[in-house]
Amino acid sequence: MPEAILQIRNLKTYFYTYAGVVRALEGIDLDVYQGETLGLVGETGCGKSVTSLSIMRLVADPPGKIVDGQVIYKGEDLLKKSEAEMQQIRGNKITMVFQDPMTFLNPVLTIGDQVSEVIAIHENLALDVVRSKIDECENAIKQLDPKSPDRERLMNRVKELEALKDKPPKYSRREMKKAAIRRTIEVLKLVQMPSPEKVIKQYPHELSGGMRQRAIIAMALSCSPDLLIADEPTTSLDVTIQAQILALLSELKKKIGSSILIITHDMGIVAEICDRVSVMYAGNVIETAETKALFKNPLHPYTQGLLKAIPKLHRDVEELEIIPGSVPNLIYPPSGCRFHPRCPFRMDICDKEFPPFIEIEPGHSVACYLYKEKK
Amino acid sequence: MTEMEQVKSHVERKSRNWFDEHAPQIRELKFTLYLLRQSPMVVAGFVLVALFIGMAIFAPWIAPHGPEERFWNLPQQPPSWRFPFGTDTTGGDIYSRIIWGSRLDLTIALTVVASAILVGSVLGAISGFMGRAFDEALMRVTDVFLAFPALILAMAVAAALGRNLTNLTIALMVVWWPTYARLVRGQVLAEKERLYVDAARAVGAGPARIIFRHVLPNSIFPVIVQATLDLGGVILTAAGLSFIGFGAGAGVAEWGLMIADGRSYLFQSPWIACFPGLAILLSSLALNLIGDGLRDVLDPRLRR
Repeated sequence: MPEAILQIRNLKTYFYTYAGVVRALEGIDLDVYQGETLGLVGETGCGKSVTSLSIMRLVADPPGKIVDGQVIYKGEDLLKKSEAEMQQIRGNKITMVFQDPMTFLNPVLTIGDQVSEVIAIHENLALDVVRSKIDECENAIKQLDPKSPDRERLMNRVKELEALKDKPPKYSRREMKKAAIRRTIEVLKLVQMPSPEKVIKQYPHELSGGMRQRAIIAMALSCSPDLLIADEPTTSLDVTIQAQILALLSELKKKIGSSILIITHDMGIVAEICDRVSVMYAGNVIETAETKALFKNPLHPYTQGLLKAIPKLHRDVEELEIIPGSVPNLIYPPSGCRFHPRCPFRMDICDKEFPPFIEIEPGHSVACYLYKEKK
Repeated sequence: MTEMEQVKSHVERKSRNWFDEHAPQIRELKFTLYLLRQSPMVVAGFVLVALFIGMAIFAPWIAPHGPEERFWNLPQQPPSWRFPFGTDTTGGDIYSRIIWGSRLDLTIALTVVASAILVGSVLGAISGFMGRAFDEALMRVTDVFLAFPALILAMAVAAALGRNLTNLTIALMVVWWPTYARLVRGQVLAEKERLYVDAARAVGAGPARIIFRHVLPNSIFPVIVQATLDLGGVILTAAGLSFIGFGAGAGVAEWGLMIADGRSYLFQSPWIACFPGLAILLSSLALNLIGDGLRDVLDPRLRR
């Protein structure tokens, strides 16, 4: 098993509202391994987005508060970091793609401004300036007549610049901005944005939904992050664009070597691109498995219900099975296993205490009393 | 770097001047101007404002006489070829004095509105974004200012500081900034809930960057509209204060003061008060026309 890049342990995020304390996350455990795509699925309001915001420490405070737990990124607990340290990590090491590309981009800034801003915040552009100057000189040398006296001088200049690489001087804002724009165009090419040179001068309202989502992904990937959190990245796109964006994400994951935590309620997306899946219900992770194992052999009654509710192409069914009842109110959650009021296999113990996470087979764990004796 | 300059001549590179770099912004500006041109009222407003600004800039060349030049032997002359708008009680040429007066009144209006925007929007933006104690404190302060009628408060400040144009300007600044603080705060409160603010946070931007680069530019359109309308408002208020005796000293070519001089002779020599009054009317009307036009054009909901 590769190394875990992000480990979430017993994370609890509560929202203190007028009506009472909303226990949005009640001690979740989650591992994201190096270079994998982990899917986080569950119905609306089960705490998927709160999980992602908690990792980034972006939960609105007030009313939200991370009350307990650890988010360990490369051996360091993100919850103990200062706001300034978090700003260094956000956008650089851990980035996020949000759900709605329509409102995610700032309407008064051009795409180029917005993507290059991320680069300008996190990257050492002075080095880029030096590099581009060397390129410029070398291009000039190529075009020059070999006997020209300028040639000698340019060669010297290249050597001078090479020496600057270790400790680049402070360049003017203008030159830094140019370097950022060059990088922006590269990143936009990476996300297969059509005609990036034109797009950087356009405003968000001039782009289509798919192009905007590409711009957002470009922003998220511009600093080659270790972890990309994608919060329902394709929900507001139509299916063809959805497929393109998903293909793009898995391709970029390979190129950059990032891990992806993809949050979705669409089992189709999970099957398409995830290596592993964690299923959430009412603020708890209830089952974690490799994608194939989960689809073949769902263990938790909720996961089983979820998969039964998906229409199948190869079977003619009159009516899809549903999970009876509805999502519990998280201010007064059910005692014990939060799924027990809706569970067809309910036992006496279920409403007493939350079931422990049991590893049924390697990589496949479930939180359910049904499997306690079997083990 | 001189060496690099020489190198550049060898390298094929696109010339990247200021206009190239700001092409998107220029494009938007052109579109805005195009929309503005659709309305005849706005065009009329712009023409009038251009006229007044031209008057202020080129006053020494346009005005036939100096601002304080007197023809002592020709007081209260009706309009004639020599004095197109007549002369006042001390024999000053009203036509010339109106032209010189545009300098004073437009400068006051611009200074007051510009400083009110600067102070008001920075404080308002921080207040709206930070919230909590700072917001509460600042809003109570603006409440105090807004509780007084603008003219009364400005009068009190001007009276306390002493009678001259600088103090009049300061008094108006004190009165005007809370409007902008409130306006911008309201805008920022709405804008900071938008997703792109979360997005900026998620890429590691700090609060200062978020306020001034992301939120403030999105909140500025109503401020532009308000500023245009207020330019007219400040001209009116400044003239009003001058009229009742706070402001320019006797004899200065200032529109409000000129009306005050002519008010006792309204029936014998109506031109003394009427022409400066017309100047005030036209300038603030023109600015209001532009402001109304801008409000329609800059409203993003109506825009596309």
